[in-house]
Amino acid sequence: MKILLRLLPVIVFMALWQLMVATEIIPENRLPSPINIILGIKELFVTGMPPGSTLLTHIAESMKRVLAGLALAIVAGLPLGIFMSYWRKLGDMLHPLVEMLRPIPPLAWVPISILWFGIGDRSASFIIFLGAFFPILLNTINGVLSIKPRFIEAAIILGAKRGNLFFKVLLPGAMPSIITGIRIGVGIAWMTLVAAEFTGVKSGYGLGYMIMTARDIQRADLILAGMAVIGFIGYCIDLIIRKIEQKLLRWV
Amino acid sequence: MLIIDNLSKSFIHTSTNESMQILKDINFTAEEGQFVCIVGPSGCGKTTLLRMIAGLERQDSGHIYLNDKEILSPVTDIGFIFQETTLLPWRTVLRNVEFGLEIGNVPKKQRRQRALEFVELVELKGFEDYYPKQISGGMKRKAALAMSLVVDPKILLMDEPFVALDCQSRSQLQEALLNIWAKTKKTVIFVTHNVEEAVFLADEIICLSTRPAEIYRIMKVDMPRPRDRTSPELNKIRKEILNFIKTRSHWSMPLIRMM
Repeated sequence: MKILLRLLPVIVFMALWQLMVATEIIPENRLPSPINIILGIKELFVTGMPPGSTLLTHIAESMKRVLAGLALAIVAGLPLGIFMSYWRKLGDMLHPLVEMLRPIPPLAWVPISILWFGIGDRSASFIIFLGAFFPILLNTINGVLSIKPRFIEAAIILGAKRGNLFFKVLLPGAMPSIITGIRIGVGIAWMTLVAAEFTGVKSGYGLGYMIMTARDIQRADLILAGMAVIGFIGYCIDLIIRKIEQKLLRWV
Repeated sequence: MLIIDNLSKSFIHTSTNESMQILKDINFTAEEGQFVCIVGPSGCGKTTLLRMIAGLERQDSGHIYLNDKEILSPVTDIGFIFQETTLLPWRTVLRNVEFGLEIGNVPKKQRRQRALEFVELVELKGFEDYYPKQISGGMKRKAALAMSLVVDPKILLMDEPFVALDCQSRSQLQEALLNIWAKTKKTVIFVTHNVEEAVFLADEIICLSTRPAEIYRIMKVDMPRPRDRTSPELNKIRKEILNFIKTRSHWSMPLIRMM
């Protein structure tokens, strides 16, 4: 019943949409009907766009780039965040630099990253890294700063050395905030990806590339099918992270 | 034996930049296995004194010796129970108790066994796998006690550990603490502003004045345990301390003094 209630707006929306296309209020070549988009998804699965490059290979390729960029962002952002909050002087020193780099949209880095890394995977991963890095860094800092100093003192009294503090107090204590950072980071990474693939990647694979190819041959149904797939995968990723979060943060 | 030798401490007031003396010429000795209570009004510097003994804060002058070794920074020989609980919320009770052994690199099997012993000592058997948020305030205090004791400190510093509890759990914990103290033979320095609590617990009560805190008087409580809270002897000592406080300090109106 609850699921039905939640699905109702979607169904009504789709039906209205279908109706408007069917009655030619909306021209089909501008906004294809939902049914045609679903057929488009099927076509992407079976035939692929360009023909031969099926949807799953595009997804795999895009995922690979996202995971590479995201892994890089975690590896860089997490320790740096812990250091910047543990050594406040370092944090204060780096703060202006971070705050100046942060507002630059990841996509603004596309030209320079093509210059540095060429057109291809590395360039795309770099853009995704930039998108995910700052939310992870800032949330790690916030997370560590929210840990009560008493916890750190109590650990020191029990004999904790610096390594113990990082791994057994600061990291787990900041974990709720870190996971939030990763969630935001993944979201941004996924959003950035497609745009990065529009320009930064021409290796023949990737959801962004797929959509651009569909545009080149004026297939609005495939463009929208690609967009729907992006939305759905983004939703699934968030669902997975939330499940991990629930499991990891039972103590909160 | 813990020797506190002529300890003084001032803080620089952050807004006015004036130096404010907190503690003045504190001298006392705690014998091994002794239960010492430090009583004094809120804000008089009891916590600061305890933090200095733990090595968490540096005194301006004077020395602290534990068994002839000077305390300059935190050591595992000195345990500390904070006013607010410091159980790590992401660890279960057992894993919290284990924590000190874990960072001391005690092998897993050994530390688990020892941690279980201490869980049992503080009467928390059956709650090993609970997270701190799932247990009561009194149980948290007990777990914190086990967490401190597991690394075998020579001395236990307790900073108003039962202050946030209701009357009943407070009494229960006082009794539990005395039991554990009798079993483990640790030296305990227990800070409180509650004279009744001090009289019930202590072998010796150190009375501090308002800021800058000096020792007004050290009183022995030569009463066998278990003590009856309402016994005339205990009441007599309590009255004596309270009278003493009334005549010798501004203890009865600490809030007014602080403003």
